[in-house]
Amino acid sequence: MLGRLSWAAIPLNEPLPLLSGAVVGIVILAVLVVVTIKGWWPYLWREWLTSVDHKRIGVMYVVLGLVMLLRGFSDAIMMRTQQAIAIGSAQGYLPPEHYNQVFSAHGTIMIFFVAMPLVIGLMNFAVPLQLGVRDVAFPVLNSVSFWLTATGALLINLSLVIGNFARTGWMGYPPLSELAFSPDVGVDYYLWSLQISGIGTLLTGINFVTTILKLRAPGMIYFRMPVFCWTALAANLLIVAAFPILTATFVMLLLDRHLGMHFFTNDAGGNQMMYVNLFWAWGHPEVYILILPAFGVFSEVVATFSGKGLFSYRSMVWATLGICILSFMVWLHHFFTMGAGADVNAFFGIMSSIIAVPTGVKVFNWLFTMFRGRIVFRTPMLFAVGFIITFVIGGLTGVLLAVPPVDFVLHNSAFLVAHFHNVIIGGVVFGALAGINYWFPKAFGFTLDERLGHASFWCWLIGFYLAFMPLYALGLMGMTRRLQHIPDPSWQPLLLVAEAGAIVILCGILCQIAQLYVSIRTRERRLDLTGDPWNGRTLEWSTSSPPPAYNFAVLPRVETIDAFWHMKRTARAPVKPVYEAIEMPRNSPAGFITAFFATVMGFSLIWHIWWLAILNFLAAVIVVLIAGWSIEREEEISAAEVAQMEAGPVR
Amino acid sequence: MRCAVLALVLIGAAALGACSQGVLDPQGPIASAERLLLINSTAIMLVVVVPVIIATLVFAWWYRSSNTRASRSMDESYEGRLEFVVWSIPALTVILLGGVIWIGSHQLDPRAPIPGESHPLRVDVVALDWKWLFIYPDQGVAAVNQLVIPAGTPVEFRLTSATVMNSFFVPQLGSQIYTMGGMTTHLRLLADKPGEYPGFSANFSGDGFSEMRFVVKSVPAADFNAWLEQVRGTGSALDEAGYAELAKPSKAVPPITYRSVEPKLFERIIDQTVAGPRKAGIGGTWSPPLRQAGG
Repeated sequence: MLGRLSWAAIPLNEPLPLLSGAVVGIVILAVLVVVTIKGWWPYLWREWLTSVDHKRIGVMYVVLGLVMLLRGFSDAIMMRTQQAIAIGSAQGYLPPEHYNQVFSAHGTIMIFFVAMPLVIGLMNFAVPLQLGVRDVAFPVLNSVSFWLTATGALLINLSLVIGNFARTGWMGYPPLSELAFSPDVGVDYYLWSLQISGIGTLLTGINFVTTILKLRAPGMIYFRMPVFCWTALAANLLIVAAFPILTATFVMLLLDRHLGMHFFTNDAGGNQMMYVNLFWAWGHPEVYILILPAFGVFSEVVATFSGKGLFSYRSMVWATLGICILSFMVWLHHFFTMGAGADVNAFFGIMSSIIAVPTGVKVFNWLFTMFRGRIVFRTPMLFAVGFIITFVIGGLTGVLLAVPPVDFVLHNSAFLVAHFHNVIIGGVVFGALAGINYWFPKAFGFTLDERLGHASFWCWLIGFYLAFMPLYALGLMGMTRRLQHIPDPSWQPLLLVAEAGAIVILCGILCQIAQLYVSIRTRERRLDLTGDPWNGRTLEWSTSSPPPAYNFAVLPRVETIDAFWHMKRTARAPVKPVYEAIEMPRNSPAGFITAFFATVMGFSLIWHIWWLAILNFLAAVIVVLIAGWSIEREEEISAAEVAQMEAGPVR
Repeated sequence: MRCAVLALVLIGAAALGACSQGVLDPQGPIASAERLLLINSTAIMLVVVVPVIIATLVFAWWYRSSNTRASRSMDESYEGRLEFVVWSIPALTVILLGGVIWIGSHQLDPRAPIPGESHPLRVDVVALDWKWLFIYPDQGVAAVNQLVIPAGTPVEFRLTSATVMNSFFVPQLGSQIYTMGGMTTHLRLLADKPGEYPGFSANFSGDGFSEMRFVVKSVPAADFNAWLEQVRGTGSALDEAGYAELAKPSKAVPPITYRSVEPKLFERIIDQTVAGPRKAGIGGTWSPPLRQAGG
């Protein structure tokens, strides 16, 4: 009746996950109680949970990413602490079966439920505004995407208190992830949560490719699109091309696990090398799915805060597209040590280093944008400068690892761990934080506190260097990754420095929480009444902050790149606009309800409760079909209402 | 902040200078060549990266909005000559590096023979849960978690796994390589001098992974023969039953030696016709063809 599920699934003998699960549970319960007492449910349901507004969905993605950052980061602190104390005869406080779950969850959560939601959230919020349109191509689908991502995040966190998580690393390499070596539910939690959220991500990709290709303000030809839209286009093309590979690979592993097939087993003709190839055929494009939008954010930020147009817009675009294509031709550099011949290794090594060319061009273009500009150091710009310096170091070590014989001695080492944190924190996370600080006033109508913003930047930057420079050294000293116990006592000083770095980063996160709190408390004093707090260049700054549901009362006419800058420059006498009725998509509970059924379905599949899984799968399909066939999907805002809102107190 | 970064770089450099037993302390020609390649590639890239970092800091400082002495040109967003420079600097660097990669990959191909006088020693390596089995096929002995080799003699490894994927790695001797079930990978290493070098698995393989370590004892040729004699005279034989016992999961296993080895044990582990540790439920009579990893 309940498959593998029994009371034994609750890990009473492992106090740590249970305790953290209980804390999270109490926090969630407290939030629910407050919401209920204050009577906020109708508001939440109407304005957020069922919203199909790209801005609201974007904000929810970012909130999801930040909340999961706390979870992923607590995993990081646990790992750093274990490695700092489990040295020599000391075994630390995390036994292997727990430690291995922690690093697997850390990687999975940080990539899929922190980095992805943050970049997708920023794209959701900013891309339609920058394109000068009113929403994405498929607004209801957008809501479905978000809620399926949230489903995945929820399932992963359920593994804290019911059952356990995978102990295979975030890549889940077979045969370790096969039934023979991982018989419990951990790998199933990993697979099903990523399968469900992966569908959400794929739908996002389709949605945004369609939006950018088909919906742009009048006059916005491709070569007038802001660079962030270009990078979003490239990232979403990569999503559409790469995520199906991941889904198919996981389907094969699931068939192995559920039906005893032999795609990747040691015996009966299975081939683990196939999984590794397929995983990275998705995995390397995934790196660029994350970093390209971050490059886009920095392009906007550097241009805006230097008061200059982006240097060489066209080569920026070509560099983006070049990276987009090249990212599919380098996957083998993740396993030079698998024994391929010299020709194959050399080819993939050279292809990997070629990616440094368009990336280097981007760095130079940001530099020349700053050159002879007027640089204002608001928080986003600090992150941008910190990013350039940090990222070129990460790029250097990355190209170093692309030299196959060098990789032979550094593969899987702490050096590698330092490298990818260098580019993911220094690139993606700095990009997301810059983007949040940059677009926050647009989303909420008031700016974020600068002092705490600066403080968080310095903590993140210094914390990053303290935490990861020692890992570069440790990698060269022969420390491999994923060690639950450290064999060499002489590594301890550097591991303690790394731990200190993690704590400095924690201070950065606390500063951000304080920044949010202080800014909300003092929002009356920091209102952005102009809609253009940074003297921006692109169309999102031409509408009010926060923008009305329809974004633009009258769709802007675009004549150049940096369309809004051009409008401000030419400063034509304001013509009294002629408002027309606007059709906007209605709210839809389809996403939320689909995700509810998907959550129960995922949980049932993990625990082999087949009847419940089938029922919920059918229910989810029926909800999607009903939503798909419903006719009244739009509502009209009359011209009079638009005129009234535009004349309202916000302007 | 720049001081902080500088201090960190210095701390890092000092730590590296003091490090031993790592990648920067090579004890054989493969590891030495790889360290040289590491240093050369870093140097090539630093030529570009250091000026970029300095330029970033200088530009950010000089063109700050409060600097009244900076000359600005707010409309400039394209300059053909700069554009040319912008593409050619990384392109030239990568062309240079591409040559280094091509030549290095071929010279340091893990299966390429190491030039030298002496006849290579053959060692078959099997990754088990969670220890390393070293079989000396020509000498007919075996050892666990201890690899004794004669200094100055190339060692020709064939590697496989009787369990999940692992990676065989001795940092001071150079290249690591994956070990995978049902497959063979190849690696050749050489230790210049007598000494003890730590080795381990560099690919996560489960609960006993952290302790899946071994020692490479590089000894003079005469001592190697003495060791062989000693091993042949003591310990048990690694027969099918002994292997089945050994293959059971165990952690932090102290070194063991075997005076003799079941013939063709390595091949049978690859074919999976010997009692393995944890095989997937249905294996049946179908036996997989012998595959070479990476073709």
